[in-house]
Amino acid sequence: MATPVLDKAGPAPEPGFADSPYITVTFRLRRFNPEVSDQATWEDFQFEIDPKERVLDALHKIKWDLDGTLTFRRSCAHGICGSDAMRINGKNRLACKTLIKDISPEKPITVEPIKGMTVLKDLVVDMEPFFQAYRDVMPFLITKETNEPTRERLQSAEDRERFDDTTKCILCAACTSSCPVFWNDGQYFGPAAIVNAHRFIFDSRDEAGEQRLEILNDRDGVWRCRTTFNCTDACPRGIEVTKAIAEVKRALITRRF
Amino acid sequence: MSTTESTTSGIGPVEGASVYTVDNPAPLIEPPRKRTPKTPKATRGNFELYGWLFMRLSGVVLVVLVIGHLLIQLVLDGGVSKIGFAFVAGRWASPFWQVWDLLMLWLAMLHGCNGLRTVVNDYAERANTRLWLKGLLYTATVFTILLGSLVIFTFDPNIR
Ligand code: HEM
Ligand code: SF4
Ligand code: FES
Repeated sequence: MATPVLDKAGPAPEPGFADSPYITVTFRLRRFNPEVSDQATWEDFQFEIDPKERVLDALHKIKWDLDGTLTFRRSCAHGICGSDAMRINGKNRLACKTLIKDISPEKPITVEPIKGMTVLKDLVVDMEPFFQAYRDVMPFLITKETNEPTRERLQSAEDRERFDDTTKCILCAACTSSCPVFWNDGQYFGPAAIVNAHRFIFDSRDEAGEQRLEILNDRDGVWRCRTTFNCTDACPRGIEVTKAIAEVKRALITRRF
Repeated sequence: MSTTESTTSGIGPVEGASVYTVDNPAPLIEPPRKRTPKTPKATRGNFELYGWLFMRLSGVVLVVLVIGHLLIQLVLDGGVSKIGFAFVAGRWASPFWQVWDLLMLWLAMLHGCNGLRTVVNDYAERANTRLWLKGLLYTATVFTILLGSLVIFTFDPNIR
């Protein structure tokens, strides 16, 4: 039986391969353990790492080799599950999509939990308010038909294009937890809920757009948006979040007048 | 009871007898969007919509009113040095400038008041702080609007 021999097929070493690609990086983590103290503290970890690795790899190294008590969420490690949004060097990003070389590794790299939600431990926050707002906008297809459909609900390419941008959301909460309005009292629906409402409001197959607009017309709905653009900057999927919010505002206004 | 089926998945056959009975009820599915007692009530009405629209519309009108006002008061015809009792008396003799100033007063005050209301909502964390700051804000706004309107309407150049 042929066993693939991988190490023979590798490319020739690059010039300068003998020089170690590793550099020394300091990771400054926001630690919190309610069983030890009610105060969060900064803790530094310094080690050699390839700058082409991601922040998530550094967190893995810390958890697996240096301090097993470090707690954080991650699942896919490839930017699609949305579980590892955190505040890295003061900006919300996915740890699994952030290369160390891109965030000035010569200075200490700070890693904090996302803001505006209760920290449970280290980098893990209580996401329930975020998902409550998500559920509140009814993020599922609603039709008024009472009978079961007998054929597929078809849609033209243009109709699909209308909400294409907002279908990309992975519910990582990077946008909502970058919004200063959300930070204050957490009652604002937040950009992510509006993005996911937008995905159905502008879907030609959906028939509950009116209901969703009414929900977002709330005191804590779209009108609390101050157009800060933090959400658009934070979104790891490149969704034009602020634009989506503006489109919902416009739909509410044109519906009234 | 028809417990001959060995399935433990809890999902009954699509057709035929259900695996659930009165004694073995299906698991309860929590309704989505369950509210807790702490959840604030959703608000009905379009107040925030009109507020948002008012900020933009009054802003557009204020651009004309305020820039015109600043030009007349500070730049044209010798700048600030010309402003005096006689200058104000002369301008308020015309209904046009009365309406201009009245409109500017009301729009700027309501615009500024609503703007500060959103600032308070965005930054004041405790309900009590909000209440007091907004109380102060509304009082100051009403006072300034009333006083300003009174002066514009009752201004008498023959004061002595
Ligand atoms: C000169 C023309 C003006 C324009 C075009 C204008 C426009 C605007 C707009 C569009 C907003 C809403 C911002 C948002 O919702 O995010 C706003 C907010 C605000 N405006 Fe004006 N405005 C003008 C003059 C004034 C004046 C004269 C005052 C003071 C009396 C004022 C005080 C405020 C305040 C306090 C806010 C709230 C700040 C915020 O929401 O961040 N504005 N303005
Ligand atoms: S809109 Fe972007 S930042 Fe916000 S939850 Fe979705 S993927 Fe994350
Ligand atoms: S671990 Fe899944 S998005 Fe980063």
